[in-house]
Amino acid sequence: MPGRAAGMCGMIALEKRPQPSRLWALATPLLAVLLTMIAGGLLFALLGKDPFAAIRTIFWDPLFDPQFSGYSRPQLLVKAGPLILIAIGLSFGFRAGVWNIGAEGQYIVGALSGAAVGLALYPYDGWIVFPAMVLAGLAGGIAWAMIPAILRAYFKTNEILVSLLLVYVAENLLASMAVGPLRNPEGGGFPGSRNLAQWSGSANPELIAGTGMHWGVVAAFIAVIAAYVLLARHMFGFHVRLAGQAPRAAGFAGVDPARLIILCLGISGGLAGLAGLFEVTGPAGQIGIDFNVGYGFTAIIVAFLGRLNPIGILLAGLLMALTYIGGELASFMLDIPMAAIQAFQGMLLFFLLAVDLLVNFRIRIKRREIAP
Amino acid sequence: MLRRTFLGATALALGLAAAAHAQDDGKTKVGFVFVGPVGDGGWTFEHNKGRLALEEEFGDKIETVYKESVPEGADAERVMTQMALSGADLIFSTSFGYMDPTINVAKKFPDVKFEHATGYKRADNVSTYSARFYEGRAVQGLIAGHLTQSNKIGYIASFPIPEVIRGINAAYLAAREVNPEVEFNIVWAFTWFDPAKEADAAKALIEQGADVILQHTDSTAPQAAAEAAGDVYTFGQASDMAEYAPMPRVSSIIDNWAPYYIERTRAVMDGTWESQDTWDGIAPGMVEIGEISDAVPPEVKEKALALKEAIAAGEAHPFTGPINKQDGSAWLAEGETADDGTLAGMDFYVEGLKGEIPN
Repeated sequence: MPGRAAGMCGMIALEKRPQPSRLWALATPLLAVLLTMIAGGLLFALLGKDPFAAIRTIFWDPLFDPQFSGYSRPQLLVKAGPLILIAIGLSFGFRAGVWNIGAEGQYIVGALSGAAVGLALYPYDGWIVFPAMVLAGLAGGIAWAMIPAILRAYFKTNEILVSLLLVYVAENLLASMAVGPLRNPEGGGFPGSRNLAQWSGSANPELIAGTGMHWGVVAAFIAVIAAYVLLARHMFGFHVRLAGQAPRAAGFAGVDPARLIILCLGISGGLAGLAGLFEVTGPAGQIGIDFNVGYGFTAIIVAFLGRLNPIGILLAGLLMALTYIGGELASFMLDIPMAAIQAFQGMLLFFLLAVDLLVNFRIRIKRREIAP
Repeated sequence: MLRRTFLGATALALGLAAAAHAQDDGKTKVGFVFVGPVGDGGWTFEHNKGRLALEEEFGDKIETVYKESVPEGADAERVMTQMALSGADLIFSTSFGYMDPTINVAKKFPDVKFEHATGYKRADNVSTYSARFYEGRAVQGLIAGHLTQSNKIGYIASFPIPEVIRGINAAYLAAREVNPEVEFNIVWAFTWFDPAKEADAAKALIEQGADVILQHTDSTAPQAAAEAAGDVYTFGQASDMAEYAPMPRVSSIIDNWAPYYIERTRAVMDGTWESQDTWDGIAPGMVEIGEISDAVPPEVKEKALALKEAIAAGEAHPFTGPINKQDGSAWLAEGETADDGTLAGMDFYVEGLKGEIPN
């Protein structure tokens, strides 16, 4: 009986495409943004807020409002920089089927390692201090990522769980460093390190005033270009893609799985560590108990929103930053609860995953003849 | 060379300051930056009550804006900058971790007044304010010392900063005064607001035998955990948390920011605002003791209220010698009271407390 009812009004069926659709691969992120705006607008309307004003405040005002844009446009880069840098690193592993969920922890350990080197040299402020901190940040991030990498490569543990749980370890390490060895001895017993942004040796300031460009943003742009070249032109990029698409073929092509795991986690850990270091010496300024604000997790969304493609990640990072900055603006200008803003941001990933279906499937409306 | 950005930054700051005053409709605009959600039922809830009292007091002569759940650090700096750009005349940043961001933003907006809660860095346009919560802690400690049967009092501490350490010491001294057998079991939650973590801490303390729980975190989760366990006493923190009265919540420390917020906003409106450091306690009403419930024996309630009155009248001080530090070294001599400087930077336990301050 139900079959007959369906037959009468036609049936929606999914049909696998022979090839993933290139058109839909490009269109789905835009469609997801559009759907987020509609559903988010409904949410805001239900809360009694003007949905058009809310969407405008989130997407338009940070970029073009004369009162805010002068400040928030550069801030877009400040917020997007670490997201892009981390997401680029994650994209290699995600392509190859190596799931680093713990970039947040690598970000923290990178910041801690870099800050520790800088603070050990304090008050010496020669030019060598900042580069030494950058190297330490890179090394710290890589080292933290090597734990899940080696466990996965040689002991077959699940890198998703190991990398994720190490985030909580890193958070506790951060807390104990902020009230312990890295605490500012002149801070009156309060937690938190010296302000690294205010000490010339370690500062990572805006390189050109009023642009938001600091070394971390520069590093993010370099990472985008390097990733693009690596994936398009280099053997490593080919191996990464092959391992993700056809693991058996990758084996025949001579890809060493252990080496690939270690490289992918090393790259993502290193870039996350760098992001942490540039953040702690610049926008954040100091190691504090709550230094990490979730860039490592948000970067996972950015990586997928950008379709694991370097240019896509660049744009996705900027879009994500826009929803943060615009969301803050909407929160206090229009009195929208922060929880609603966060739900709005969450919808973006939700819709992206939902419409992603269209890349690999097409929707067919089948008509079925009704048996006489 | 690339790093020399001072001149550029100054030029930008001037531009920003000019932009901030582009929009002026005659209303005084007051911004609030909150560390938790306004519905936390504790710290942020009370600050938001202060904001609502402002609106009540001044009506349409002012406009208030707020942003909740702002992480401490770069995000706080951006939120405050955006508030200043939106034309705020006065901004209250209500968490310790906003200290450096507040100072940074204040430099960029010399005409905007800033008020930072619980910090110690001031500037020409940055005031600091805090409450002597430790006075309320002493009253709590007295009640707790009387109530405990197991002589084990659990304490959920947030961060090892002087404010929190001061509260632990004050509560312990008052509890030991009335019950020499009392022991404090202190858990460091490293959060101001995390209901799940706070509930876990409360459960762990109860399992270890504590029958009174004091908290320096902002959610009502420990209250709920105590209610579930039964026969465990708690105290409301920052807010009254009266929904858990008469049991487990037997009293509370209430932060009443409204009079201060009204006074400071009026000063901005009158043009008499000046940078200052405020540290008020029970006497002017910044710290209030919530209704002591009937679960507390009448004679204990009487003693608690007497201590509160004595502190308000300046006749009692929670830190009155003889008091030794935890390591046994002398701190305050007989009859001596602690000076504000030592209290403000307190980084040690008093004698009798077990464990170490994390570092």
